Amino acid sequence: MTDTQWQVFEVFHQPVRGEPHVHVGSVHAPDAETAILMAKEQFARRQACVNIWVVRADAITATTYEDADIFEHGTDKSYREAFGYETTKRAKAVGDSAEL
Amino acid sequence: MVQPTRERLNDQPGDPGFEENLAKFEARVARGDKVEPGDWMPDAYRQQLIRLIHVHANSEICGALPEGTWIPHAPSLKRKMALVAKVQDEVGHGQLLYRAAETLGKSREEMIDELIEGKAKYSNVFHYPAETWADVCVIAWLIDAAAIVNQKMMAEGSYGPYARALKRICYEEAFHLTHGYDMCISMATGTKLQRDMLQDAVNRWWKPIMMFHGPSDKESKHTELLMRWRIKLKTNDAQRQEFLVKYLPKMFNLGLTVPAEWDLKFDEKTRTWTYNEPDWDEFVHVVRGNGPVSAQRLETRRLSHEHGRWVREALAAAASGRRVPMPN
Repeated sequence: MTDTQWQVFEVFHQPVRGEPHVHVGSVHAPDAETAILMAKEQFARRQACVNIWVVRADAITATTYEDADIFEHGTDKSYREAFGYETTKRAKAVGDSAEL
Repeated sequence: MVQPTRERLNDQPGDPGFEENLAKFEARVARGDKVEPGDWMPDAYRQQLIRLIHVHANSEICGALPEGTWIPHAPSLKRKMALVAKVQDEVGHGQLLYRAAETLGKSREEMIDELIEGKAKYSNVFHYPAETWADVCVIAWLIDAAAIVNQKMMAEGSYGPYARALKRICYEEAFHLTHGYDMCISMATGTKLQRDMLQDAVNRWWKPIMMFHGPSDKESKHTELLMRWRIKLKTNDAQRQEFLVKYLPKMFNLGLTVPAEWDLKFDEKTRTWTYNEPDWDEFVHVVRGNGPVSAQRLETRRLSHEHGRWVREALAAAASGRRVPMPN
């Protein structure tokens, strides 16, 4: 039997307008249109959903967990953060006590 | 992205670097980290998970069969709608689980085919017949309760895709359990005929229920390894005990009894139930496909698969741009 495999589509749902789409799982389907139908039945039977994306799994390029160290910071990156500055103190010193 | 993309290399004892990788793997699992599809894992971990998830998926699919049979005979429209929803959930759970197992390298098609060909196992309880509506009530309450004890535990397990599927499944099972209890309360507080039907169903289902969580720890050959790798977090006996402690009082409260031959007694000191051990040879015999309705279940499953073939062919044809064939 060779009629049950099909392609895999990853499914992303948006619970309410304005929220980001979130990955919820995947379905088998012969095409994207059917994948939407399958995804609706599988992932939107109960919980709120206003929009679904389906993406062919083989269209996704991902990093590997083995290479997770590429996300580590080699040097101090606090200069990229608001907390990396003592500006509140310095602003007060120049006479500005209002919120930054 | 959950397709296994990398070669499985050196994942068996004796392979270069195996011991070192195993030590790292076990340390990670012990920390409570989740294992994801692309990660290095021992082949035995992969095989054990494929085996367990495949059986679990098959059980969801086969669990829909006795309940599906009762849809046309439900006693009210409300019960019928709830039963239809439950059956749809179970089939959906089967599909979620087949997807989780696929991330380990076994295709859904192989798993579906192996079930139909009688080469794959499914839960012992679905090898028994659902003779009356009261059986549907007992399955929905007590068997789903027993399954939830198992699934809540497995949802905390080490394999990411399986744990994620189980979180969704447990959420939906909460409706099954509530509805099952609701049905049993109706029967237990109904006419004498209804009460007798419910008790009769409990009497017939108690043996499969006592066997549901699998062989006693003394006999279970996989438990030690499965627990070390956090595939399982509780032994079979611990799960059975958890089920008994929570649900026996609820059953007694409804005026139900358990067949005397089990000699169930509550030990106040250990706060656990003692009982006569089920016949584990019989359990093994049943799950190998020799239960009272094993053959009938597979035949129903096979027919259902055949009856759905034209739909699959039509979908595939539409996707390829060909004309949609009509059913014969």
